[in-house]
Amino acid sequence: MSNPRLPRPDEVPGDVPAPDRDSTPPQIVTPQQAPQEMTVTSVLNEPTADAPTDQIAAAQEVHLATTESRENRTARLSTGVLLALMGLVLLRLIFATHGKATFALSDALVPQAERLPDIVLPGVPLVVVATVVMLAAALAFLFGRRLPGWVRGVAGAGAATALVIGFITWAAAGRPLPFQVSNQLAGTLVFATPLVFGALAGVLCERSGVVNVAIEGQMLTAAFTATLVGAVTKSVTAMLVGAVLAGVLMAAVLALFTIKYIVDQVVIGVVINLFASGLTAFLFKAIMAPKPQLNEAPLMERIPIPVLSDIPFLGEVLFRQTWLVYLAFVSVAVVSFLLYRTKWGLRVRAVGEHPQAADTVGISVTATRWSAVLVGGVFAGLGGAFFPASTGLFNDDITVGNGFIALAAVIMGRWKPILAACMALFFGFLQQLGSQVQTLGTPINSQWLILLPYFATIIAVAGLVGRVRAPASDGIPYVKA
Amino acid sequence: MTESPTPDRTARRPVRLARVDWSEITVTVFALLLAFVIGAVLMVIADTEVQQKFTYFFARPGDALTASVDKISTSYGALFRGAFGGIGPITNTMAQSAPLICAGLGVGLAFRAGLFNIGGQGQAIMGAMFGALVGFKLTGLPLVVHLPLAILAGVVAGGIWGGFVGFLKARTGAHEVIVTIMMNYIAGGLLSFALTQALFRRPDRADPIAPVVAWNATFPRIAGTQLHLGFLLALVAAFVVWLVIERTSLGFRIRAVGSNPSASATAGMSVANTTMVTMALSGALAGLAGVQVALGPMSGATPTPLTAGLVGTIGFDAITVALLGRSRPLGTVFAGLLFGALHAGGLVMQGTGTPKELTTVLQALVVMFVATPMLVRTLLPFLRARRARRAVPAVASSGGLA
Repeated sequence: MSNPRLPRPDEVPGDVPAPDRDSTPPQIVTPQQAPQEMTVTSVLNEPTADAPTDQIAAAQEVHLATTESRENRTARLSTGVLLALMGLVLLRLIFATHGKATFALSDALVPQAERLPDIVLPGVPLVVVATVVMLAAALAFLFGRRLPGWVRGVAGAGAATALVIGFITWAAAGRPLPFQVSNQLAGTLVFATPLVFGALAGVLCERSGVVNVAIEGQMLTAAFTATLVGAVTKSVTAMLVGAVLAGVLMAAVLALFTIKYIVDQVVIGVVINLFASGLTAFLFKAIMAPKPQLNEAPLMERIPIPVLSDIPFLGEVLFRQTWLVYLAFVSVAVVSFLLYRTKWGLRVRAVGEHPQAADTVGISVTATRWSAVLVGGVFAGLGGAFFPASTGLFNDDITVGNGFIALAAVIMGRWKPILAACMALFFGFLQQLGSQVQTLGTPINSQWLILLPYFATIIAVAGLVGRVRAPASDGIPYVKA
Repeated sequence: MTESPTPDRTARRPVRLARVDWSEITVTVFALLLAFVIGAVLMVIADTEVQQKFTYFFARPGDALTASVDKISTSYGALFRGAFGGIGPITNTMAQSAPLICAGLGVGLAFRAGLFNIGGQGQAIMGAMFGALVGFKLTGLPLVVHLPLAILAGVVAGGIWGGFVGFLKARTGAHEVIVTIMMNYIAGGLLSFALTQALFRRPDRADPIAPVVAWNATFPRIAGTQLHLGFLLALVAAFVVWLVIERTSLGFRIRAVGSNPSASATAGMSVANTTMVTMALSGALAGLAGVQVALGPMSGATPTPLTAGLVGTIGFDAITVALLGRSRPLGTVFAGLLFGALHAGGLVMQGTGTPKELTTVLQALVVMFVATPMLVRTLLPFLRARRARRAVPAVASSGGLA
């Protein structure tokens, strides 16, 4: 009989190191694995060793159904506690909700004749329903050990919806202004655009095995270049080209140091960010401050797509945006296609997972990594162009941490382009919610609303990342033997 | 004279200082030179007056060259005068370097455990916030009680802010780079929020600014200079960190976990606890840096009152300090002094029309070159004649962001 790996008594969960990528291969404990180990133990401990085989099989099945791995248990309970806490917050909000909440489906600028009717709902019952849903979801997680997986999925989705609706209802109830639903969703797309571009840059780099902490610096440099080029040429196209070139140039710096000179990737990323922030601030003061005409980038126009933009509600949300917004969502499809449907994409993923194996079959690890990082730079550049294109000028530190939030979106999106873009949308939603709720004049201090994405990232990273897996060679330089 | 030279060499070896690596020092010196050369190029490119002279470069090259040399020598001259020109500037440099050394020690300590603490900024903000709070809220206490209390408040606040990240890393595996970045933004937001509240805001002012710290909570300084207690504290902190890393079992655990977490776990060390303790200590040191800014008189006799921008970019500069100092306490002190000099000189240089942000560029370039000795040797081929040493990685480990 093969020797089953028994859980040692000294393996207390807190003492097990978080899987550290550079020293040990990640230990992926699939949900089935752990219970099976325990079953083997219990079967071995069975006093009647010569029991019929079907009895053992039955015992095994019972154990499979009832034993939960320690990791899953912790994840389930912590999610439950988190949901319960949010339920308590909603419970508190019930008593702070007064009057009716108005939701406007059309933007205030839409002519009266075309406007969709406002939805008016009583505030308190809506928040009560949200609270009940949230607490029910919390109970499902806390005590639903035997519930099938899809029930938990539904509970999680319900909890998220309940949180958003409960919060918005509380914020909008009894206010003179309606909560602009279409505005919220359209703004989500706008705020998400640089994050989507940044996340795509990150996904491309990291799938090839190069950690990219420098997204922020790439975007900042691109934003500066875009402003300067835009101010000189007064052309949006030239502005985008300039931004892309700057993004690629900074990506080349990252590639040079990480791939050729094998410097620690996180370190060089941080240094590139510092370099970019110093350089742009220096040039901003030295070039743009004395000549303000060099700080006048052309603004990007909103372009309604002919037929689609006339669809009620959806048209307003999706199809009356700037070129850059459309481009961001086309880019997600492009990157997804490149990564999963082309030879190059297969090579990029291979090089990021197992460079030795890729090298053995004749793929140049260095060239593939270089190309992935540079293509990533294109998207980081486009993300940087978003800032001057929407404000018309450059400012010190204009990217305000969007590159770092994009990085968080990459990790929460499990290094997959589409999922990462969804996470970018989630962060965009939070940012737009912050600015929307602020205009409603809620009692909550606006300082806290601005911090929402950061809190959400910590909760998500702490709750999720234990269960996500980076590309196996992410952050590990490849030195040909 | 016929005996083999080998025993001689081994006999002489212990006399040498064990840690001095001349190759590292040459690379650092040339990295500094290269950074200043690139800085000079940037200065010339960005200056409009010099640009105009370059438009007729081929007609009268002398004009353009003279203007360039003038520009460079004026700016770097001011930078140097502001950092080392006399007792005032030198003590200014020391005052500027004190918080950088403290925060750099914190980042370096985390590096030794294989942790990348980008959160020095947030931890320093918390340190400054609570150090200042105790500094201006309590009154009537004697100096020997008030000052230590204020320092303690800031250090503990920074320690908690950093320790929380260690806790999350140890318990959930959340990567400290992401969490600390987010904690930086949260700390910044918390400070802006606090400054609008009655507890922190100065009663007679409408803008978000805190009251001046009580005299008994201010770092004592040598009259007429900027040399205050903070610099001494920074040196003491460096010594304590050296003591902890090299001479205690905790330091051994930190280094062991940094070089191989799995082996350390197998040897019976608790990686989770070491991570938490290291992050808390790292945060406490960054908190001390924040206290320095909040309670140390940076110009004049009284400390600058707490505002949203008081901490500046100390947390990020600290990363470069730790990298340049190769995560060793003595190296961190020197690196802190160097960047402190750049800060002190940068303010004076700003007066000559060259933006002080140039020093940030210089800082980034120095670290970039120091981290890449291979690049320095490629750019300056004559260095290759020396024995190429294996570069010591500044960071024990980092790996993927998972």
